[in-house]
Amino acid sequence: MAGYIVRRLLQAIPVLLGTTFLIYYMVFAMPGDPIVALFGDKTPPPQVLDQLRERYHLDQPFIVQYLIFLGNIFRGDLGTSFSGQPVSEILATTFPVTLRLAVIAVFFEMVFGISVGLISGLRKGGIFDASALVVSLILISLPIFVVAFVAQYIFGIQLGWFRTTVGPGAPTQDLILPALVLATISFAQIVRLTRASVIDTDTQDFVRTAASKGLSRTRIVPVHILRNSLIPVVTYLAVDFGVLMVGATVTEGIFNVPGVGRTLYQAIIRGEGPTVVSFVTVMVLIYLVVNLLVDLLYAVLDPRIRYAK
Amino acid sequence: MKIKRFGVVAIALAAAGALTLSGCTSGDASSSAGAGDSSAVVTTNGSEPQNPLVPTNTNETGGGKILDAIFAGLIYYDASGAPVNDVAESIETDDAQNYTIKLKADQKFSNGEPVTASSFVDAWNYGALLSNEQLSSYFFESIEGFSYDEDSELTGLEVVDDTTFTVKLKQPESDFPLRLGYSAFYPLPESAFEDMEAFGENPVGNGPYMLDGEGAWKHNEKIDLVVNPDYDGPRKAANGGLDIVFYATQEAAYADLQGGNLDVLDAIPDGALSTFQDEFGDRSVTQAAAIFQSFTVPDRLAHFGGEEGKLRRAAISKAINREEITDVIFSGTRTPAHDFTSPVIDGYSEDIPGSEVLDFDADEAKKLWAEADAISPWDGTFQIAYNADGGHQAWVDAVANQLKNNLGIDASGAPYPTFAEVRTAITDRTIQTAFRTGWQADYPALFNFLGPIYATGAGSNDGDYSNPEFDALLKEGLALTDLDAANEKFQQAQEILFKDLPAIPLWYSTVNGAWSESVDNVEFGWNSVPLYYQVTKSE
Repeated sequence: MAGYIVRRLLQAIPVLLGTTFLIYYMVFAMPGDPIVALFGDKTPPPQVLDQLRERYHLDQPFIVQYLIFLGNIFRGDLGTSFSGQPVSEILATTFPVTLRLAVIAVFFEMVFGISVGLISGLRKGGIFDASALVVSLILISLPIFVVAFVAQYIFGIQLGWFRTTVGPGAPTQDLILPALVLATISFAQIVRLTRASVIDTDTQDFVRTAASKGLSRTRIVPVHILRNSLIPVVTYLAVDFGVLMVGATVTEGIFNVPGVGRTLYQAIIRGEGPTVVSFVTVMVLIYLVVNLLVDLLYAVLDPRIRYAK
Repeated sequence: MKIKRFGVVAIALAAAGALTLSGCTSGDASSSAGAGDSSAVVTTNGSEPQNPLVPTNTNETGGGKILDAIFAGLIYYDASGAPVNDVAESIETDDAQNYTIKLKADQKFSNGEPVTASSFVDAWNYGALLSNEQLSSYFFESIEGFSYDEDSELTGLEVVDDTTFTVKLKQPESDFPLRLGYSAFYPLPESAFEDMEAFGENPVGNGPYMLDGEGAWKHNEKIDLVVNPDYDGPRKAANGGLDIVFYATQEAAYADLQGGNLDVLDAIPDGALSTFQDEFGDRSVTQAAAIFQSFTVPDRLAHFGGEEGKLRRAAISKAINREEITDVIFSGTRTPAHDFTSPVIDGYSEDIPGSEVLDFDADEAKKLWAEADAISPWDGTFQIAYNADGGHQAWVDAVANQLKNNLGIDASGAPYPTFAEVRTAITDRTIQTAFRTGWQADYPALFNFLGPIYATGAGSNDGDYSNPEFDALLKEGLALTDLDAANEKFQQAQEILFKDLPAIPLWYSTVNGAWSESVDNVEFGWNSVPLYYQVTKSE
């Protein structure tokens, strides 16, 4: 197991190098001069432009720029944004917010998705199953910004149950509404996944054995059916958590959540190369770690899975 | 200039919201004015400043709004855009080239340092120095000693005593005093120069507000301002402070206004433009902005040089039905242009001789185009370049269609994916088509719409326009210390522009805003920013 983890971590190094190189290249290859754009519709004197290009190393060839960036990263220096804030500081303030948002969203997905999926699976073909199918279909087909705007309008403006956008400091109660919105996308998937898995497990021999041993249904369902049905669901949840961690740009924008997605979006709009690359580097890192954890989770949930030494 | 970049749509200046002038309401003080509690804190929308909060290094609205609140310049602009002395006691000149500036006595920064003549002179020198790489350094270019090529002191600035300094310009510029309310001309305390980086994070000013302690700027979230008790000028705050919340989208800010979490909003999202007036009634405003939109057809394009070019430009201008586009495409949120400036500027006139060229007349347009064809027959496609990330496609396509129908030529838009890309092509002159141009005034003066864009060799003269007659009139105007007389010269200069059409005027933008029931006395300034210091808040 330990050997497997070390190997996976070592594999992460070329992945990181490759992704940062690609991202850096793409930012570099973006047509147009971000320094010129800094001045809007006005044209500054060329000397001023040259000075600024020099400061951001934009006068160097691509490979030199990339090596400077890489060197700084290894020294723990992620650069500074145009507004003079160290990127590491921006990361430190935005990631905890996104983390809380992701945790709440995954919690909702889990509670609602698994319970609805379980009931649907156990009462296959019933009224509940049919309506759950329709509801999840609707949710899947709705774009997230529609759900977000409608939720904001109804619960924030009309009913006043939640603050319309996330207030200063992103208090947890303000994050509930955006988290619910985020949860709707995966809710439908989890319902389907759980349902299929429960139906499958329900027909397994060990469930029949348990029943014929005289175990009550209230014991069979949680212990024998649910537990064994959860393997694909947990995997999906973990991957989903990774996705949420790297930022939900649209939802964070609508609810003004000071998290990763909104910040990255603004950095892209402003052409702040260093901020974009540093953010994405950290995102890649998080994604790699989450993926590793998912793979390890398989073994924990299903003892049949063993990793090569 | 303050660049407004609010989300994708507003990456270009043109995206500032707008409505017709006829629907103009001024955010007039209502009967309950003065009933507000002077300790209540007003919340408003903003965006994360793109640069450290150093006055000479801020050229966009996010940071500009904050700087205007925490600094007091020599003058400020009242709601109509007229200059009023703030820190200055007097600004005097006999020849429009040499100025004597006297400050009010006993002015203080919020850290207790006195505001002296050196506070201004040192700050301007800092802003102008090449190696300091300040984004607004070009504001000092007319002061003697300024150089773009090497570090050099502004020798035209001289401290006479604690409250007096003199300014010598390279040439007479009568609108120099009008510029002094712009953020680049704010003073800096001595402590700023010790560590400008730290200062940009926790700026210390002399304005009606100050930061609410160290770290009041919560990046990407908001900035909290409290009343500066030491400020004793004409902009004394009528409320207890100002919280500027940073939004990534206008929609989120608007939802917060509807949800009661925001007091004053100075930008209405496109989706709400048709409904916000019904919803907020007399708590909303639609007001002309100092933003001029046009497109430029450079001389160097084939068929657009000399006499032929003049005829073709006039034909194009007359072939565009501005009224129809502002109504249909912008649902009345733009106003057709009648000149090269903006209606909010002192001296504006919509009846300048020659401005008929902006009136739609398809027959006349065809005739002019035919005259040009007689000189050299037209071939090819007429194209207008624009950035596709700024919401310009609709109007560019409409203009192209009108040209197609009214001139019988092939016309189309030429989209560039990003703002940076189209600006780069314009700046390095590789662009081979006409292109979208716009101008937002730095300070409320006619000259600011003319000199920097159409004077020979001017920085933003993207079309490389040059007309000695025009240059001479500008120069004459700048030498006149009487503003009305100067404006007359600038209007004559515009008559020349109407003949040459270095840019084809399209329309003016307007600003839309709304506010909550708990605030009063909301008025928007000439630059579309609310005058926060006079807002009163109940509760």
